[in-house]
Amino acid sequence: MRSVALKRHHRAAPMLLLVVLLAAITGVAAVAQTQTAQATTDTVSASDVEEGQKLFAANCATCHGLDAQGQTGVAPSLVGVGAAAVHFQVGTGRMPMQSSGPQAPAKPVQFTEEQISQLAAWVATLGPGPSIPTAEMVDPELGDAANGMALFRTNCAMCHGSIGGGGALTGGKYAPSLMQTTPEHIYEAMLTGPQSMPVFNEANITPEGKRDIIAFLVAQREGYPGGSGLGAIGPVAEGLWGWLLGLGLIVGITVWIGARSS
Amino acid sequence: MTIDSHKGQETGANGESFENPGLPDHRPRRADVDPKAAKRAERQVVALFTLSVLGTILAVVAYFVFRPGETVESIRYANLFLGLGIFLAMMGIGLGAIHWAKTLMRDHEMVEERHELRSSDETRAAAVEMLKAGAKDSGVGIGRRGLLKGSVIGAMLLAPLALLVPYVGNLGGDWNVSKFKHTMWKKGTRLARDPDGTPIKASDVTIGSVFHVIPEGLNDLPHHELMVEKSKAVVLLVRLNPADLKVQPGREDWSFDGIVAYSKICTHVGCPVALYEQQTHHLLCPCHQSTFDVADGAKVVFGPAKRPLPQLPITVDDEGYIVAQDDFNEPIGPSFWERLK
Repeated sequence: MRSVALKRHHRAAPMLLLVVLLAAITGVAAVAQTQTAQATTDTVSASDVEEGQKLFAANCATCHGLDAQGQTGVAPSLVGVGAAAVHFQVGTGRMPMQSSGPQAPAKPVQFTEEQISQLAAWVATLGPGPSIPTAEMVDPELGDAANGMALFRTNCAMCHGSIGGGGALTGGKYAPSLMQTTPEHIYEAMLTGPQSMPVFNEANITPEGKRDIIAFLVAQREGYPGGSGLGAIGPVAEGLWGWLLGLGLIVGITVWIGARSS
Repeated sequence: MTIDSHKGQETGANGESFENPGLPDHRPRRADVDPKAAKRAERQVVALFTLSVLGTILAVVAYFVFRPGETVESIRYANLFLGLGIFLAMMGIGLGAIHWAKTLMRDHEMVEERHELRSSDETRAAAVEMLKAGAKDSGVGIGRRGLLKGSVIGAMLLAPLALLVPYVGNLGGDWNVSKFKHTMWKKGTRLARDPDGTPIKASDVTIGSVFHVIPEGLNDLPHHELMVEKSKAVVLLVRLNPADLKVQPGREDWSFDGIVAYSKICTHVGCPVALYEQQTHHLLCPCHQSTFDVADGAKVVFGPAKRPLPQLPITVDDEGYIVAQDDFNEPIGPSFWERLK
């Protein structure tokens, strides 16, 4: 590299750099791809289930019970919720719950990806339930964002807002913003109906439809043509800016125009 | 006119007198007495006008450099820089002109007296004279030329009809309120998914599911009719654990194994009620926070709505699809005068 840098007029230098750069990018991308593929298509082994049960007994059983049957008024039964529910709840940090309240918010994840799949493997053995979607099922590149918009508008927009910015529900509950949620977690949320959210099973919105919704939501992350979206939570934030800052500026300028110069 | 001449005693209507505070003393500005301050103000004004020039250049350059293209980002930059340039160009001129006027232009205070509003007695008398002469010429009040007077009054009374009749005639044009009382639902109409219109099987609706429903065949209607019918017929289909469902008296056979269907049109002012909270079985209207309990006949538990949401009686046909037993048994949506007639 030193000799290349010294001979500034070497003809092959730019080509060489380009090749090195391309190789590096391809390598990183390939590694990243295999990692995500591994995470979703892991085969479940008996030791995973065993480890999962240990993790569950140590971290979840206080509320859900050692046999995951739940406790009335404390925590629901996890029989038949499936691996997808565990992957969503634990993978977004919602579980283990920090404190009891109207809503379990997303927070920093407490377990490694491997521990989460072990937990999911054990919970999946309790009863048949939805499994974790494959990488292809949640790939936004393969979805139709226009059809996704039609489905989102009918089924989701009333709570999550027209572009997934989130919104308020009753009694301190809320529909969270979907701007940072991974495609996998969006899919699992639709499939399992966490907390206040109803279930949208595969008969209601087909797997292709769910992928279209993911494509629509991911397309919203490019930002807004008009600048800041102010959280995309509707007229409250816009009114706050318009009335307090916009009108405040006008009042301030008016006062300045009318004031005597010193 | 000097300012001091305005100070003095004035007498109010009730006889109490008060001191007329007059105008404050003239205070010279810093730019009037300090040449350095004047120079500084001048520089500030020049800077503001220069800012405007730079803004104009920025707007013109931005127009050519940042073209709105296919991506959201390109549109955002085009908007941002063009808008910023135009903002600076206009704001610079405005602020510069005001700052110039306030700090450097002649600082002479003056008072302009408002003239009295009442006309002089001669003018008033002359006006009354003219009105009297006019009335005498027309013969009003003397009993002459009755036909003439009748015709002018008649013409003036009738003239507004030329405007009123078309206006009233164009109001609505359709006074048939019975349309509010019926929707597209009939006995045997299948419940279908919104928006694609595929029918729903009872086995598709798992516990905790919510389906947004339109009548099957709605999508075959022409666009305008589709919108009118859809706005009345939309339904929310939910399956609850049958143990949680409080079946309403007289509606024992309106649900199917925990599956219930309610109109999505709020009984308050007709917004689509669709925020369904699975754990509480509450349905929230986004407009005014009316909350309905789906497990208990969609009765109002909070908010301004006065009536429960109308329930669509459903059953299952031979092929397992969910069908309506009949239309709603009451008009959907908000109240209107003839609702219960």
